[in-house]
Amino acid sequence: MSVIPDAPDPFARDRGGPAQPLLSVSGLYKHFPVRKAGGKKQVVRAVDGVDFDVLKGETLGIVGESGCGKSTTAKLLMGLIERDSGSLLYDGQAVGERVMPWRSYRRQVQMVFQDSYASLNPRMTVEQSIAFGPKVNGVPGREAVERARALLARVGLEPKRFAGRYPHEISGGQRQRVNIARSLALEPRLVLLDEAVSALDKSVEAQVLNLLLDLKAEFGLTYIFISHDLNVVRFISDRVMVMYLGRVSEIGPSDTVLDAPAHPYTEALLASMPSLDPDNRTEVALLAGDPPNPIDPPSGCRFHPRCSLAEPVCSEKEPPLDTIGPLHRVSCLARQPGSGHSSAPARALAA
Amino acid sequence: MSNPEPAVTLGNLRVAFGKVQVVDGVDLTVERGQAMALIGESGSGKSVTLRAILRLFHEGRSRIEGTILAAGRDVQALSRRQLADFRGGDVSMIFQEPLLAFDPVYTVGRQITEAIHRHEKISKDDARKRALALFERVRIPSPERRLDNYPHEMSGGMRQRAMIALALACRPQVLLADEPTTALDATVQIQVLLLLRELQRDLGLSIIIVTHDLGAAVEVADRIAVMYAGKIVETGTAHQVVLDPHHPYTIGLLRSRAEGALAKGSRLQTIPGSPPDLANRPPGCPFAPRCFLVEERCRQEMPPVGEISPGHKVACWRTDEASAAYRAGPTPVRAAELAPA
Amino acid sequence: MTAPITAASMALDGGVLSTGDAAPEAAFVPSRGFWGHVGHRLVRDPVAMGAGAVILLVVLIAILSPWITPMDPYKGSMLRRLKHVGDATYWLGSDELGRDMISRLMLGSRLSLFIGVTPVLIAFVIGSAIGILAGYVGGWTNTILMRTIDVFFAFPSVLLAIALSGALGAGIFNSIVSLTCVFVPQIARVAESVTTGIRKRDYIDAAKLSGASPLTIMRVQVLGNVVGPIFVYATSLISVSMILASGLSFLGLGVRPPEPEWGLMLNTLRTAIYANPVVAALPGVCIFVVSIAFNMFSDGLRAAMEIRQ
Repeated sequence: MSVIPDAPDPFARDRGGPAQPLLSVSGLYKHFPVRKAGGKKQVVRAVDGVDFDVLKGETLGIVGESGCGKSTTAKLLMGLIERDSGSLLYDGQAVGERVMPWRSYRRQVQMVFQDSYASLNPRMTVEQSIAFGPKVNGVPGREAVERARALLARVGLEPKRFAGRYPHEISGGQRQRVNIARSLALEPRLVLLDEAVSALDKSVEAQVLNLLLDLKAEFGLTYIFISHDLNVVRFISDRVMVMYLGRVSEIGPSDTVLDAPAHPYTEALLASMPSLDPDNRTEVALLAGDPPNPIDPPSGCRFHPRCSLAEPVCSEKEPPLDTIGPLHRVSCLARQPGSGHSSAPARALAA
Repeated sequence: MSNPEPAVTLGNLRVAFGKVQVVDGVDLTVERGQAMALIGESGSGKSVTLRAILRLFHEGRSRIEGTILAAGRDVQALSRRQLADFRGGDVSMIFQEPLLAFDPVYTVGRQITEAIHRHEKISKDDARKRALALFERVRIPSPERRLDNYPHEMSGGMRQRAMIALALACRPQVLLADEPTTALDATVQIQVLLLLRELQRDLGLSIIIVTHDLGAAVEVADRIAVMYAGKIVETGTAHQVVLDPHHPYTIGLLRSRAEGALAKGSRLQTIPGSPPDLANRPPGCPFAPRCFLVEERCRQEMPPVGEISPGHKVACWRTDEASAAYRAGPTPVRAAELAPA
Repeated sequence: MTAPITAASMALDGGVLSTGDAAPEAAFVPSRGFWGHVGHRLVRDPVAMGAGAVILLVVLIAILSPWITPMDPYKGSMLRRLKHVGDATYWLGSDELGRDMISRLMLGSRLSLFIGVTPVLIAFVIGSAIGILAGYVGGWTNTILMRTIDVFFAFPSVLLAIALSGALGAGIFNSIVSLTCVFVPQIARVAESVTTGIRKRDYIDAAKLSGASPLTIMRVQVLGNVVGPIFVYATSLISVSMILASGLSFLGLGVRPPEPEWGLMLNTLRTAIYANPVVAALPGVCIFVVSIAFNMFSDGLRAAMEIRQ
């Protein structure tokens, strides 16, 4: 079914088997230099040592507040900005090196942006935007356009009506469908959705979420789903990663993480979700103030100034991302045996 | 409150921009000390309804009809000068983006004291004291120092608090909030929502909050009004609207939320289609083309507003069927006749 | 709902299909395209249309002037000098050598338009190329190109035009060259800032992700979006260019007599300012009207190009 001609693309087929992560990220760092008033040079530690795997066929949700580095992580994963250090392994193959240059990686990994309008060229029709990718990859024009129309139909937009439209002539939900169609035009295996439904109205959001579920099943996709909305992430994700100030604070199966959070920050995030029960409204906000600035993050555990479990040891020691259950890892001294935190569990005696 | 007169009364409010009838006959009453949430999706006319209370439109390009009574004044009858006093004095407003409400070249403290001076004769020191008290009131940490901050020196949540302080500077009776928490992070949003609730309780403030987020509405509001295509389709207490909805649109909104999914990863119930083109309103109920209970008369005639129970008003011909469908559970909510061949 | 994914359920959720859309006439409206929209909105702007009509009229006169002038624009008469406006033979009076003003103004529009518009057109091509390159490539290329451009900004454009014309010598060609040099930096600057803005848009990132080469992205994704705003800016420069060109002629650095050109006519008629002020002012009025027309038209174009979401 591949229309990309210079196949066989060695990366289009599975290589490492189902057990091997589709994407493996380790030691990812990105610091942005900034000049503050007074000429002092400082760095924004946007992504500060992030490791995670994306398993084949799963949806990994990434949640966190502004400044937590989730969008920077997305751009690093796509190579839109250069990483300071760290490695990306796609199906066991190092990305950005000779065997797998960015160009062939990007055929396998595509992205949908938050702003449906800014991510479409205002001077191109919907169909031209979708056909652009296949065209630059060598698909003849006619075929690329046919492919674009088929994809439009697949995302629920009747090609006859929509193919010739310009982005400003269609609604936000329709534009996001076009963006999704474009991301699929190169037949990727992994799609990164960066706040892809956040700007949509709730009823439209539900339509697009359903579409994403269908497409995933149909094309055997793997998703990385970035969002600030825990309800949506809970709905769509198999596993969830919670980020705070450029670090991973907790990662695990979404039922575990969102129903029995191990990290106090995850707990606070969950408690901040407005309740939908008028008889049982939220009475106290667990967290005060805004998330701190990633320019000058707190020492030790970055969450300790806002944490209800904080102890002196938390400001001294950086908590490692420790495994506490099946696939469940958390970076909190209170959950790490022998960390020196008073509520830390006892060290397991036998392995 | 002993005063029996409502804080805000809108009677058959209609707002049009050119040929586009954005608000189409809204009746709304907000009692004193009450918090009302106007919810709806983009294009439902909720923001325009809110702004009409302050007549925040370009006079030449808009047409406002109907009665608007707020804080005991007839807003339609106010002269330009009276309107300037009325805005910020009797009724004030906070916005989604606080950076737009503040002038970047003055400190926040100065802008608040100036707002006080504009409405009252008061000494400089007293104005500053009032500003400080306001900052404490909205729980800004180290308020003395923060008064001398410029807007860009504050974080998003703090700016939102500062804007609320600015809005409260002249002791208004009514506070209008237009998507006040949409741009905020989750952990900050809940703080601001709780603050609004606290202000309502402690100052006896009447609040109208416009939001697209049902959750945020439930957190703040005593009563909720659901808007669709420029009309209020359902009003009632938060309890009535969220737990006992009688309008198919409200039901659709509740059903389409991700947390309402039966099981993780199962398909969500959605409202098919998209909102109508306001420039070409179909006759009858504007929701009819998307409704799962639509019948012929819905397309002909706008249903009248009926009272289901005290204070719970719904504009639908088939409230009983809608309610029954909601109680029966999520599955049957489908619009069979909408499926294309 | 764990319904199987069927075409019907897709269509249902897809809602945006024809049946789900509540506005029946929204269906099957052929898309106008971007320029279609711009044209549609421009036609509804009376000011821009008025200005456009003035420009069109002047252009027509310029093209047809050799055949339609009522009298010979070069033939003077010592007896009939400085006739007043409204004269039976000379409708708009005559100049200091007794030549028919209306004929000279008509024929003068040719040169005035030519040396007003040509430098802007050339500068539009060169300046856009420099600016788009600098804006899209960024980094060092940008710094070097834009700093060089900045040097030209140190001089007021009038002085720069006079200095260059003076150095190159009088003549139409040299005036055009010097005016082009004046406008290239200005257009390049605008082109650079527009391109830099576009470069940060998500759709450029999306194009990068599709594996397109920088040149393809520049050609397909960037060019179409930057040309419009640059063009609008360039049209607003035509008025400046016309005034500068007239100024050069006025100073004797542009067109040489006896060729009629509005700036030059203004110069030669200045001796008659007390004898016949109305006639002496006529070339100035022409310059004024045409340059204002260009300005208003470019304003209208800019407004029409602001597409809303």
